[in-house]
Amino acid sequence: MQAISVTKSESGFTDGLKAGISIAIGYMPVALTFGLLARTTGLTLYEAVLMSVLVFAGAAQYITLSLLAIGTGAFEIIFTIFIVNIRHLLMSASINEKVMDDSPWKKAIYAFGITDETFTVSATKQGELTTGYMYGLCLISYSSWVAFTGGGYIVGASLPSVIQQGMSVALYAMFIGLLIPSAKKSRKVLFLAGVAALLNSLFTWAHFSTGWAIVLATLLSSILVEWIVGMKSNE
Amino acid sequence: MSSTMLMIILGLAIVTYIPRMIPLVFFKSEKIPASVQGVLKNVPFAILGALIFPGVLTISDNIMFGIVGAGAAFLAAYLGANLIIVVMVSVSVLSTYAYFFS
Repeated sequence: MQAISVTKSESGFTDGLKAGISIAIGYMPVALTFGLLARTTGLTLYEAVLMSVLVFAGAAQYITLSLLAIGTGAFEIIFTIFIVNIRHLLMSASINEKVMDDSPWKKAIYAFGITDETFTVSATKQGELTTGYMYGLCLISYSSWVAFTGGGYIVGASLPSVIQQGMSVALYAMFIGLLIPSAKKSRKVLFLAGVAALLNSLFTWAHFSTGWAIVLATLLSSILVEWIVGMKSNE
Repeated sequence: MSSTMLMIILGLAIVTYIPRMIPLVFFKSEKIPASVQGVLKNVPFAILGALIFPGVLTISDNIMFGIVGAGAAFLAAYLGANLIIVVMVSVSVLSTYAYFFS
């Protein structure tokens, strides 16, 4: 039995690594650019890499650079990023409904790897998520993020302009690739995504901060759809 | 490394990690009401919509870049391509577009 469970968790890990390849590719241009921008903002190589090692959040790190560039104070930066990260709370609560039961320590470790990308890839996968899968998925994504941050800083240049422009769509393409197969099969999925997209566009247009706009759009759409489904089943 | 920068990085690490960790470690699925569970299960697809729009339209000053890239991804995904292929197709199409139009 021991041997079987070991093999099973290993294959979960490998599945996770494979599922994370798209994320690792998508992070490449974003992390390279982050490394480059960190250098032009005046961070040392160690500071840039340490930030990617300890924070591992694209939006948060980019916003930090822009705040540092205009001379924002430490407390204000940290508070702003806290707001940007509110959506992690929602993602963590949502993925908690889908992962296998495991020791709090193991869950606390892969919790560090929850990003927009690792969340959407794992949450749209069929069936229960093993701890091994989460480790594999987060590890390959994290490695790409950290390695290409250092790479971007050291090389001090991004990819050739045409490829850079092409790759700027990579993570969006991945989100679209995750959404379409489910949206084809389910009107509920299509509706959830459509309403959230519409609300987020509206909130962005109304100059809500990115953190709040995404959280509110996601929550309102999720609640609205749940409410409509509940009404229908009560009829 | 300056101590202020180190303090900022550590502060960011904490405020980024805490929201990721609390629900996974402390929420007990069986204690959460069914209606809230239903909402949480809707979150992945709703957030995909919010992550795609309007962000994809702002990847370049030229709105056509987002439309071309997203259109290619949509088509590839609709035809049933695997996720990595969707990403590759979209990046290749947009790189080609950028080569001719920028």
